[in-house]
Amino acid sequence: MAHSLLEKIKSGVLWDFPGGVHPPERKSMSITDSVDTLPLTDYYYVPLKQHIGVYSELRVKVGDKVKKGQALTFSNHNMAVPVHAPTSGEIIEIGEHVSSHASGIPEKTVTIKSDGLDESIELQPQSHFHTQSKESIIKALQEAGITGLGGAGFPTHVKQQAQDIEYLLINGVECEPYITADDMLMRNYADEIVHGIEVLAHLLEPKLVVIAIEDNKPEAIAALDEACKDKQQFIVRKIPTKYPAGGEKQLIQVLTGKQVPKGSPPAALGIVSQNVGTCYAIYKAIYTGEPLIERIVTITGENLDKPQNVWARIGTPVEHLLNTAGYHPEDINAQKLVMGGPMMGFNLHSAQVPVTKSTNCIIAPTQQELPPAPPEKACIRCSDCADACPASLLPQQLYWHSSAKEYDKAQDLNLFDCIECGACAFVCPSDIPLVQYYRQAKAEIRQAEVEQEKAEQAKKRFEARAERLEKEKEARLAKHKKAAENRKKAMQSDPSAQDKVAAALARVQAKKAEQTENNTDSAQSTVKSKAEQAIELAKAKRLAKQGETKTSEEFSNTNDNENASDNKSKAQAAIERAKAKRLAKQAAQAQAENTEADANITGAQNTTDAQSDTKADTKSVAKAAIERAKAKRLAKQAAQTQAENTEADANTTGAQNTTDAQPDTKSVAQAAIERAKAKRLAKQNAQAQAENTEADANTTGAQNTTDAQSDTKADTKSVAKAAIERAKAKPLAKEAQQIQTEHDEANASEPKLEENNDKSLQAASSASDTKAKAQAAIAKAKARRQQSDDNAEMNNATQATHEHVDISSDNKAKARAAIERAKARRQQAEQQTNEAASVEENDHDSEQKVRIKAAIAKAKAKREQGQ
Amino acid sequence: MSFKLASSPHTRKNNKTGNVMLQVGIACIPGIATQVYYFGMGVLIQILLCCLVAVLTEAICLKLRNRPIKHYLDDNSAVLSALLLAICLPPLAPWWVATIGTIFAIALVKHAFGGLGQNIFNPAMAGYVVLLISFPLSMTSWLPAASLIQYDLSITDTLYTIFTGYTTQGYSVSQLIADIDGFTMATPLDAVKTGITAGYTSDEILAGNLFDNGSGIGWMQVNIAYLLGGLYLLKTKFIKWQIPVSFIASLTFFCLLAQGVSTDTVAPVWIHLTSGATMLAAFFILTDPVSASTTNKGRLVYGALVGFFVFAIRTWGGYPDAVAFAVLLANMCVPLIDYYTQPRVYGHTEVNK
Repeated sequence: MAHSLLEKIKSGVLWDFPGGVHPPERKSMSITDSVDTLPLTDYYYVPLKQHIGVYSELRVKVGDKVKKGQALTFSNHNMAVPVHAPTSGEIIEIGEHVSSHASGIPEKTVTIKSDGLDESIELQPQSHFHTQSKESIIKALQEAGITGLGGAGFPTHVKQQAQDIEYLLINGVECEPYITADDMLMRNYADEIVHGIEVLAHLLEPKLVVIAIEDNKPEAIAALDEACKDKQQFIVRKIPTKYPAGGEKQLIQVLTGKQVPKGSPPAALGIVSQNVGTCYAIYKAIYTGEPLIERIVTITGENLDKPQNVWARIGTPVEHLLNTAGYHPEDINAQKLVMGGPMMGFNLHSAQVPVTKSTNCIIAPTQQELPPAPPEKACIRCSDCADACPASLLPQQLYWHSSAKEYDKAQDLNLFDCIECGACAFVCPSDIPLVQYYRQAKAEIRQAEVEQEKAEQAKKRFEARAERLEKEKEARLAKHKKAAENRKKAMQSDPSAQDKVAAALARVQAKKAEQTENNTDSAQSTVKSKAEQAIELAKAKRLAKQGETKTSEEFSNTNDNENASDNKSKAQAAIERAKAKRLAKQAAQAQAENTEADANITGAQNTTDAQSDTKADTKSVAKAAIERAKAKRLAKQAAQTQAENTEADANTTGAQNTTDAQPDTKSVAQAAIERAKAKRLAKQNAQAQAENTEADANTTGAQNTTDAQSDTKADTKSVAKAAIERAKAKPLAKEAQQIQTEHDEANASEPKLEENNDKSLQAASSASDTKAKAQAAIAKAKARRQQSDDNAEMNNATQATHEHVDISSDNKAKARAAIERAKARRQQAEQQTNEAASVEENDHDSEQKVRIKAAIAKAKAKREQGQ
Repeated sequence: MSFKLASSPHTRKNNKTGNVMLQVGIACIPGIATQVYYFGMGVLIQILLCCLVAVLTEAICLKLRNRPIKHYLDDNSAVLSALLLAICLPPLAPWWVATIGTIFAIALVKHAFGGLGQNIFNPAMAGYVVLLISFPLSMTSWLPAASLIQYDLSITDTLYTIFTGYTTQGYSVSQLIADIDGFTMATPLDAVKTGITAGYTSDEILAGNLFDNGSGIGWMQVNIAYLLGGLYLLKTKFIKWQIPVSFIASLTFFCLLAQGVSTDTVAPVWIHLTSGATMLAAFFILTDPVSASTTNKGRLVYGALVGFFVFAIRTWGGYPDAVAFAVLLANMCVPLIDYYTQPRVYGHTEVNK
């Protein structure tokens, strides 16, 4: 098959590509007898990257003297080709300069001030390339900075590394109107081109070399025919003039009838194609040793006096070319410069744009010559564009989808197979700038892809983190469960506990009786204080939110640190810190959602978690302390919010923290600080209570102190009463069990609650400090009332019972006592509210105001911190 | 120095939409001239009326849509739609028929869908169908060819009839189109349809004086004139060959197929091809780029589909001619046709689906 194809090609068979257009050629304008060399100018601007591939590293610095042909960048990557000094002189700047790109976006450019001497480096020709290894020739091509001179600027040496090449196609088609650079090169330098092709053929060892030239360049065809007459393997093929026959893919189709498969290079078909200009550059590099520092550029257009082709050094500003050709714009206000041809070229932003390796033409047209595009009209679906498309796309449908930003549909219609040749826009009767729509769509799709990739990476990171956090949380929960069980066991083994309970029951009974007498209505005052509570709550929420924002920022930092650091203890501390914050945050949110009691307990609990975890790590005590302080602050926020809403919770937290802190012998000092904080908190809350409900804290405190003391003063009467209560409590407990099964969500708070109580009790009995006792007692009381505040108090109270029953049937009495106590507390609370009603209105208000003010101040402080 | 910036390409073919539309209109001239010759000046009056209304409607619609009026009027699309609609109207149809049809075609069929290029249906045909359904009497009262008519109609008479319903002598349209016996003279396709329904064979029907051994006096000549205009458009590449060829081939194919099954109850092929709006449809109506298929393969399918619909409706449907309905039906299939007839893109091994 391949053999017959070879025969076909040899016999002169040509294929056609679909579509194509015949724009007015206007090539004769710039055809002259010879190609002059442009005189030197003062400044050259050499962009560092003039090829497709990677940036090459700079090897010179400002102030360096360079010689003509000296490499300015390294070629230390296969896809990097160096750029060279176009003349001798001094590097005066390495910085941004307007680029020779449609966008004109400045790019890194070396500015050379010419010294006028044009001194060259010592050249090292390799004219005996046949005797050298292919690697060294390929390296030489790379060192010479040779890229495709046809337009795309693909590094030539990369193409030459291809294996199993059957056809080497030499592209002398030059299908774009106006441009005659290749034509002039072929006419005047045919032998040199053939020498260059020989180098390529030596490297690739193709079966056949086809030099393709459009039939509108008979002189060029004749010149190459002459130069190739001794070469058996070389065929000069005249192809029909049709734009864009010079496109690599189209040329391959014309010469071989094959289409380059999507996503593959032509080498996949055993084909390599090179531009004639590239062949000349290869000749120069191998035969004379001169790197690619100049090329032929067509300067044409009716605004020029002398349209022509010149040898221009790479880096020459366009202005210099224009001046040489005699630029006299007919209309100073409507000047337009095109770099490249009229079909695919782009407008220049500035005449300071330098000539690059890919620059083949500068057009300075008059208004009539290349008139500005008329305003776009409606697409009439004539599909002339489809008929013109060399890639067999459906340009008008691409246009519909691109302009409607339906990029997925545009991609389905193979938007990315568009070579932007401009044939569709050329034929469009409605003057729609189709290519512009495609470019925009492509750019936006690429942008979206980049963003999507980023998002996916972020998602992966996030998931990995969430998983890790979840594991850590589970581990922590397991640890705490164990600790709680240990405590329960300790409680059970303490015989004094039962007595205490009995005593407490008795007291409760007494209180109850007292309360019933004092029970008066106080709706008015309650309503008022409720409103104020609502305000407080709102403020607290805002505070919590601010805290949230801050913590999330801190959290991400923490996460980074954690990744970076190899210090395990630090990392752990950081994790704990972050968790504590997050959980505290959750707590705050949860409060906001009016599941106050549960959330707060969780928050408090987790704060404690964070503490104990960090404490366990002796290496990071200092850090842990800071973290604890932060956690405290958050807990405090939460506590305050709660306190303002339901008073009791904060104390629980405080007390709990205290209790937690105490057993830790290693950080006694810190514990003391914690205690102090907790106390202050407790005090604050106590005050708040006092203001609101007249010495609630004191009463409760006193009562609980008695609780603690009553271990030694066993009252027989109370024992009897306790028995009665026990009897009463039994059916209640049963009921509670039922309710509990119906209220699963309540379960979560149970163990914690109990834990709180246990801790408080422990604290009360063990601490010698009476104040601490009192606090613990308060905490206990608060925890109870918190329970009762939480929607179904009965349920909660009996939950405790249930819990106790679960643990040990011996402790039933204790549990019942607890229920009774809880009831008593509730009634007491009601009573307190009643008492609050009796407080004078003014006094009450002013107190509230003070509190509100304090809260505002606090909120402000928090926000500042947050910011 | 500051430079003007524009996107490539910087050069354009000088073939503008307005010119395309104009050329299509010019290619109608032989057909219109023949129509005037056989059916009187009424045709020209309808064309003028429709074009005037179309331009006004277009201008108002553009104004309402905040589009530059002159810029879009320049594309000549409204005038062309109106022209094609006017050609299809009976020459003596009342003025308000033409007006309503044109307004509907421009305002509703075109602009309501987003203006030129966005309309799903062919405006002229949609306008025609609306008129046919709404005013069946006026729309089916075709004047017989001038040689068959009993009265001489001057241009004044025509104007009077169009704008008042009566000639200067007071004849109404139904009187004008009646034959000597007082029966309404039908169009050839009408005659074929009623004849076959009444049990005549196609040969018997064609023996009538209406046909004069052809496919109906006037009608055949008009069709040939439009064919000539169409060939001009093909030659100048203002239209593509796929649709006319596949349409005519498809109509012929189905006609021959049916004749093979039942010769006597199907009108012969030449009647189908040279009667009614066949040639006008093939070259001027189906080739409306906006509402036709946009791929080359799709155009073949589209033309064939219309050919089938035309034959089916003419043979079994309730209307004697069927181009308008067939076109609208095929218009609805266009997105589907386009989707399944995408060309294989360069370098792809198979067609994208």
